[in-house]
Amino acid sequence: MAHIGPSGFSPYPVAVYEGVLNPPPGKALMFNEIVDEEVAMREAAKAMLTRPNPTIFPGPQVLYAWNEEAKEKAKLVRKMAEVLGAKIIPMYDYRPKYPKINPAIEINPNHPNLTIWHNKIKACIFVGVHCHYANVALKIIRAETDCFTIAMCGMAGHEDAMITLRDQHTEEMEKFIKIAEEVKRELGRS
Amino acid sequence: MQATETILYNRAGQRVVSPDYLLFEAPRTKHFMTGSEAVKEAVKRASVDASVSYPITPQSEAAHLIGELWVEGYVGVYFRGESEFGVMSEIAGCAMAGARTITTTSGPGTLRAMENFPMWAGTRIPVQLVLMARGVNSPLSIQPDNLEVGFLLDTGCMIWYAETAQDLFDMILAGFVVAEQPDVHVPVITVVDGFFVSHTREAIMLPPDDIALPPYNPYRAPMPVIDAEVPPGRFLRDPFVMKSNYISYATHASWQWEVRAAIERSRPYAKHYLRGLIEHFGDPEAELVFVACGTASAQAKEAVRLLEDEGIPARVVKLKTIRPFPIEELRQAVKGAKYIFVPEFNVVGWLEREVRRYLYGHSNAEIIGAPRVAGGMTMPAEVIVKEVLKLTGKEVKHVI
Repeated sequence: MAHIGPSGFSPYPVAVYEGVLNPPPGKALMFNEIVDEEVAMREAAKAMLTRPNPTIFPGPQVLYAWNEEAKEKAKLVRKMAEVLGAKIIPMYDYRPKYPKINPAIEINPNHPNLTIWHNKIKACIFVGVHCHYANVALKIIRAETDCFTIAMCGMAGHEDAMITLRDQHTEEMEKFIKIAEEVKRELGRS
Repeated sequence: MQATETILYNRAGQRVVSPDYLLFEAPRTKHFMTGSEAVKEAVKRASVDASVSYPITPQSEAAHLIGELWVEGYVGVYFRGESEFGVMSEIAGCAMAGARTITTTSGPGTLRAMENFPMWAGTRIPVQLVLMARGVNSPLSIQPDNLEVGFLLDTGCMIWYAETAQDLFDMILAGFVVAEQPDVHVPVITVVDGFFVSHTREAIMLPPDDIALPPYNPYRAPMPVIDAEVPPGRFLRDPFVMKSNYISYATHASWQWEVRAAIERSRPYAKHYLRGLIEHFGDPEAELVFVACGTASAQAKEAVRLLEDEGIPARVVKLKTIRPFPIEELRQAVKGAKYIFVPEFNVVGWLEREVRRYLYGHSNAEIIGAPRVAGGMTMPAEVIVKEVLKLTGKEVKHVI
């Protein structure tokens, strides 16, 4: 819950009002600390490998074949899920759904907590979700669940996630997969 | 094999350069022009895709001059709206379709279009509004007065305040760059005091007009380009929290915080492109501080010179941004201050309220919301000095 201040009027904590801003280029954000990308990637991998029901939420930017990079990223998301032993639940669009989504098979930015509650997800990765919808969803998830959130963002990052990796393209995703494989070995899980 | 360099040109045939080069490195030459003409020169170098106007002369000539740029091929689309409300709605449509978009307005037109500004922010469009502040009806005024800025503070738009035509030129270019950052991506309102700046001529340093900002890339936006099924396109069609268009109350709350968070994220970018969110003038040790924006800071600077002649050290802290408010910068700047005057061109003292809000518990200085003029009055430096003298009890010969 936010400290007393503007965000104190809302049930939803807002990281920037706590003084947390996105990391500068080349760095990552872990809670409220700016760290090297490798450090954040190791912690992200560890969270996904050790918490119950880890899940990757791919968004439209990697689900649809907009361009060659999207196709490559989609393959890497699948590989990432294999390495992390994670489920994939898509956020395939942002339309509001009535009366509600089917939380077993999809996640929606308008009530992302339903999917996390239903599947008892304790760690997740957002990848390929447009920044605005990721930010809206991450604030709700942080307020409503105990899920550890990781944002792999192609742009500037998401300070409302617990770990934020910015400027993530195919090269960085491959790097994350390698680090995840290392962490997995260290944990004796491979 | 000889290496080749790729040079990009925009639709007007201008060479595309980096924002840093255009703003800080390109050679500049001196010109003599009005604030409205400075708007034209900035738009000419901004690779603007669309502009809509409702030319309520004598607001300013700026909208008409942007129309000339369209004729000359520098602006992609230009048309006249049905009213100020129509203009601001059409601006949103252009921006949601992926265009870099700008318009201008002032006073009553701002309020007529008011519903659109929070809509702009909620739809995360990085449009730019050049606001030449001139007060709000009624009684009718077309004179300098910035009351309308007080109405805009909580719309979710960034608000920057220019003191001079030079400030305005640079802010318009920087405004697009900051507003279009993917993690910011909210509208920017660049304010300047009407008439004092819009209609008067001053020296201004301009980079060459054959270079321009890189075009806007809508695919870096934090949401897909216009889609009537997906919010925000969808909530322009239906209200947000409805049976047919269900989202949780949580989303509504989170969305609003996200818009305000976006303004906060603009701080590091604005600091870079504006060379700081505040500017200092005068004796850095002075205990008497004027906190002001726009031409009120220009007049306060003159007052500092008059006070200096009389042996009273004083300084000015000019605020370049109002949203985001330069909270930490102001708190640092007024350390050691005993008296803080907030001179303003409006009747309500919206800047004094802001200053009090952010200094509460952080400064022991006495804050004085004066002088305050409105309805088109000028604010001679002597009037500012007179307010200071009321406090000190000193007499100065040339004070009116």
